[in-house]
Formats: sequence, structure tokens, C-alpha cells
Amino acid sequence: MIRKHILVALVQDRPGVLNRIASTLRRRNFNIDSIAVGSIEVPHLSRMTIVVEGDDASVEQARKQLDRIVEVIRITDITNENPVSREMAMIKVKATPSTRSEIIQIVDIFRSNIVDVSPDSLIIVTTGNQEKVDTLVELLRGFGIRELSRTGTIALPRGGAGPLTIDEHKPLRHVVEHVAPEEETLPNW
Amino acid sequence: MMKTGAEILCECLIKEGVEVIFGFPGGVLLPLYDTLPKYPELRHILVRHEQGAAHAADGYARVTGKIGVCLATSGPGATNLVTGIANAYLDSVPVLAITGQVNTSFIGKDAFQEIDITGITVPITKYNQLVLDTGDIASAVREAIHVAQTGRPGPVLLDIPKDVFQNKTEFIFPEKIDLPGYKPKLFGHPSQIKKAADLINSAERPVIIAGRGVNISLAFPELKELAEKSQIPVVTTFLGIGCFPESHVLSYGWLGMHGMGYANKAVHSSDLLIAIGMRFDDRATGGTSTFAPQAQIVHIDIDAAEIGKNISADVPIVGDVKNILQVLNKQLTKREHIIWLSQLDEWRSLHPATDIREHENVLPQYIIRQIHEATKGDTIICTDVGQHQMWAGQYFFYDKPNSFVSSGGLGTMGFGLPASIGAKIGAPNETVWCLCGDGGFQMTIQELATIAQENLDIKIAVFNNGWLGMVRQWQELIYSKRYFGTKLYNPDFVKIAEAYGIEGVRVTKKIDVKPAIQKSMSHKGPFLIEFVVEPEENVYPFVPPGKIIVEFLEMPSPTGSRNK
Repeated sequence: MIRKHILVALVQDRPGVLNRIASTLRRRNFNIDSIAVGSIEVPHLSRMTIVVEGDDASVEQARKQLDRIVEVIRITDITNENPVSREMAMIKVKATPSTRSEIIQIVDIFRSNIVDVSPDSLIIVTTGNQEKVDTLVELLRGFGIRELSRTGTIALPRGGAGPLTIDEHKPLRHVVEHVAPEEETLPNW
Repeated sequence: MMKTGAEILCECLIKEGVEVIFGFPGGVLLPLYDTLPKYPELRHILVRHEQGAAHAADGYARVTGKIGVCLATSGPGATNLVTGIANAYLDSVPVLAITGQVNTSFIGKDAFQEIDITGITVPITKYNQLVLDTGDIASAVREAIHVAQTGRPGPVLLDIPKDVFQNKTEFIFPEKIDLPGYKPKLFGHPSQIKKAADLINSAERPVIIAGRGVNISLAFPELKELAEKSQIPVVTTFLGIGCFPESHVLSYGWLGMHGMGYANKAVHSSDLLIAIGMRFDDRATGGTSTFAPQAQIVHIDIDAAEIGKNISADVPIVGDVKNILQVLNKQLTKREHIIWLSQLDEWRSLHPATDIREHENVLPQYIIRQIHEATKGDTIICTDVGQHQMWAGQYFFYDKPNSFVSSGGLGTMGFGLPASIGAKIGAPNETVWCLCGDGGFQMTIQELATIAQENLDIKIAVFNNGWLGMVRQWQELIYSKRYFGTKLYNPDFVKIAEAYGIEGVRVTKKIDVKPAIQKSMSHKGPFLIEFVVEPEENVYPFVPPGKIIVEFLEMPSPTGSRNK
């Protein structure tokens, strides 16, 4: 069954990591809805939220391919954990004196904010889950959208410690000690 | 102690056990090439094309199990490595590619011989890094080599700018490095192993498919114990050839598009497949929807992403093959499969894949069998890509592990000659034969100079049929003999060898095959034999693309078609 999955990943904040992740997703032909990445409570680490569309098997394959990347520390599919997900959108919509009040009413109903007014347009900022943002955008399309910018979804699983919670007492490290190479003979029976 | 970046690189490589670097110099590498002579523990082999350096590092790594190191300059030197790196990636070979880069101040300005090799090699490396500070070289080398050699091995690349080589910094070898995202799973889950053991102990028609993972993990005794204790026939993949001695009574060849018919039949009729260190590549499985319809599948592999990628597994076990088999073998009960094995023996007699028919011309299969007799199988065989490669798998019997060096996943023509250089340097006391077709040989023919300069005792057999054989075969069988772009004009290969100072002989008659092989074996030093072979010979069995692996085409016999 094809549906949207939310993958969240903890990655090292090194140059080229974003490139490697995007490259992996592209070459394996996965259907990406959105990617959002930002810093977190621990320095030198970032959190990525990737919304992928597909059936369970192919999304699990995407997850495993990304998990293989050296700089990806942890990656989980939180779709089935009833996550809290939000995205933000800024919409510059055409607004004439005759349409402005109707737009303001819609904005109120959606508990969103108008952050800029000009003689012929308004900029609206809205936050909500993907469905809410989609619906608002569709409603405003009728008035004429000048510009639209969406951030992509970020999400947290509900409840206490989750798969991407970092334990302050157990910092994320995997230290590899140097082992002097032994004299090896050719493998043989 | 203040050292330059170049000195730090050399000292780190030595500490990691590197003894050989296959390289080709260039402008940005001058500081490094000025430093290398100070470290005689690092033997530098000058190749003639960077692709040769990459393939030599690959061949070296396959034969020794150690990491192979290749070195190229910026720009065109780096891009010439790309094919070799991709080849190592698809066959999971640990290779470290070091490329010079323009000065840090020139990066991003389309400078002379500048190329974003780090960006280009992202899809074909396990890990790569542009090292922008001299103080980062040591940890970059340690990280790269650790990642290349552990878990599922693979190529890594370090891109080092010229001024980073030249600058000095305090050098302390990093005994500890931190890779929080890289923890290969080494031990299989005990409950999964138990499930697998239960299935093996109750299966009626089990088959083991052993791949290159067994070679990487050095799990030869464990595989033997599993096969012998439970009396299970062992079929290998093409790259798994040699992980189980082919003279063993339980060895039943290799499966796939050009594999043995009886191996394909065994896999197709089995009720339990134990897939060890293999990835169900499309050459091995044929059509995936019709693969092994009656079998439950136990899939043991260190790479979780391979499990379920092409074929779904009933009992997936992620971990190192050797560790898993050690635990699994303890849970097996002694069993017998007399009826199943005799069925396989019957199939083997109905579809013999190793008979050589009588022919007055020189048959490539005959040559390979003669090489086996002359060496008694005690040699490393490096092949290029094409028909001769398939025949090398079919007509030679491999009992020693890591004695078959061949480009499987990428199928790179030109791999054979430089890989044999790496193999000979890695295993100087072993006999090394390099088998090439006339097409592939000419792709890296310049490495004959490397062989001559280093005086490497490699026996080179060129199978000259005047065609790009494998493509011609497909044009014959699938495109109704519409030969286009496959007929080769060839030079006199013996004269070319002699121009490089390498002795050579041409064989055109069957009666001269054996003496030529004998002559090359007793000659001390490199030797080339050009075999002029039967021009339009086909590789059988052949499973046409998309078909079920049991729908193989066989050699049409004089008395009528033996197609199944």
C-alpha cells in the first residue's frame, strides 16, 4: 500500500553529508516528498526529516540504504508511531480591497497569521500538519498565489524517550582503537 | 614533531600496514612524490594509466585481503580512477584511492586540473573526504582505512590539496577515532540463527549458495563444516568461485546466466536456500519473480540493505558470515540427503557443463583446461571480461580461495591485466595467469610496460577471436546475427609484447597449445601467448535475460538440439 512515510535521521554535521544522502535517494529512485534538516541540542549533529512515498517494503529499503551511510548515526521510520508532525508555509496571495476581508476570514479560521500587507497582496504564515497546510493553500489558490514557500515536514514521536533521543549520560560515540596490522599469510585451507 | 602533510600521510599508511602504492604522478602530487623516497617501506609501482592503478589496487586487495592503495593526481588523473573505483564498489573490495587536489585557494574556481572528484565519487565510495587542513590528514586516513576494510568492504577516497601536503603541523598518530554512525553488525541474532538451524535440520532439498562474502569473511572451514555435517550441496555465485573447493563431492558448480545447468536446476527445485554472503544479483537469479519458487530462503549477509533488496528472505540474519556460521553449525544435526544428491548427480550427467568437444581448431575451453593441467590448479587466475571470463569460470577447477580474480558486478573490460599486476605483487610466490580477450586486453594494454618495468612474472594468455565475443554472441542469438560494431581489427600482439621487452609466442594450431603453455611456465619472467581461437564460439549454458534460470540454452549438439 503506497502511503507517505516519515523517516527521521540523526546525522553528523560534516561537509558533503547532505549531498551523499540526497545522492543515495536519487539513484535508488525513491519518491521524496520533502527533506528538512537542522541543528539539534548536541553540537556537530543534525536532524533530518525525510518524507518518502512508497509501500512499506521499498521505504524500509530506503531506510536501510541511508543507514548504511557512515555519517548517518541513526534513522527510524516513525510513521506508525502516530508522530506529531508540523510544517510551515509562507504564502503571498493576491488581495484586492474587495477580496481582502474574505482572505482574512479564511486566515482566522485556519488560526494563521498575516505578517505583511501591501496594496495588492498579503503574506500569510501558517503552521500545521501537512493536510492543514495543503488545504489552506488550495483555498487560497482561488485568489491567486504570487509566491509560496514551504519548509517540509518535521516530526517527533509522541511519549517519552524515542529512538532519536540522545542520552546525556551516554554520549553518542563509537571509538575505534588502532590495532597494529598482523602479518597475514594468504587465506588457505 | 612537526611534519608536512605528505610525511604524515606516508607515516599513517605505514602504520596501517600498507606496503604498496599503485600510482601515477602529476603537478599537485609533486610534494608527495618528493617525500615518498624517504619511506622505502612504501613500494611505489608506477602504472601507465590511472585506471591501471585502481584495478591493480583492486586485484591486490582481492588476493591478500588487505587494503589496496592507488594514487592519482588532480583533474584527469582523478577521473581516470573512477572506473576502477566503481568496479571495487560493486564487488565490495577494500581500496583506498588518494587523489591530489589543487591548492585550497583555487578550489571551486575551475582551476587548472581541478575537478570535484569528491562529488563525482559519492555514489561509488563507501566514504570520501576532501581534506582541507593538514591537521586532519591523520584522522582522515585512519577513518578511511577503517571504513574500507570493515563491515562490507568497499572503496574510499581521500582528496588532498597541494598546500595541505606542503604545510607542516604537529603530528600525533590518532590511536582513537570516533565514528558514531558506523558500527557494522558482526554477530547474528541468536533467535534468527536458531530459526535457520531448525529449517536446515528439517529441509528435504536444501542448497547452499555461497558468494564472495565467504571469501571476505574467511569462512572457508565453517562453510565446509555446514555442508558436510548436513550433507547440503554447495553452489557458488560467480564471485564466490573458490570459496568451496570445486573438487569436493558436495560442490555443484555456480549458478546464473552462464552457470551450470545442474546448479540452476538444483536452486530452482530446492525447498530451502541458504544464501551466504551473496546478494541475489540479476546475473545469478534470472527473473526474480520466478526465482526458486518452492524455496524458503535463509539469507546471511553483513549488509542489512542487501537483505530483501532483490529477493525477500524468510530468515534474514545480519552479521559476519564466519561468526554466524560458527554459531549455526553447533545447532545442526547430522543429516543425509542421499536421494536429493543423487538427483543433482543425475542432472549433472544430463547437463555436463565441462565437456570439451572434439574440434580441429583451437577452442578457448581447451586452452583453459590445459592451463589447469599445467598448473595443477595451483595458480591465481585473473580474467578480463567477456566470453573467456565465463569459460575461465566453467573449465578451470578452483580449489584455493581467492585464486579467481574477476570483475563481476561492473564487468569492466581492461580489468584483467592491471589486476594481475596487483595479484602478483600481493602474492609474489604464487603463479599468476592473466586471461584476456583481444578486446579487453587492448583497453589497458599499456600496463605491459608496468609488468616489464617491475619484471613481474605474469603469464598472459590473449584469446584472440577477432571479435568482441560476448556482444557478438548476443547479436547472434538475440539479434539474428546482425553483427555491428563487434568485429575487431587487431595488431600483432606478440610483436607488441616484444616491443615492451616481453617474450611472446602465437598459437594457431591445437597441437601447439600445450607446448606454448609449458614454455611460458618454465620461462622466468613475464610471458605472453596469443591464442588464435575459433572465431564464432558461444558460451553455453546461456539463460536469456528475464527467463527462469532453468530455461537455459545448451550447446546445440551435432545430433540435434539439447535445449531444455
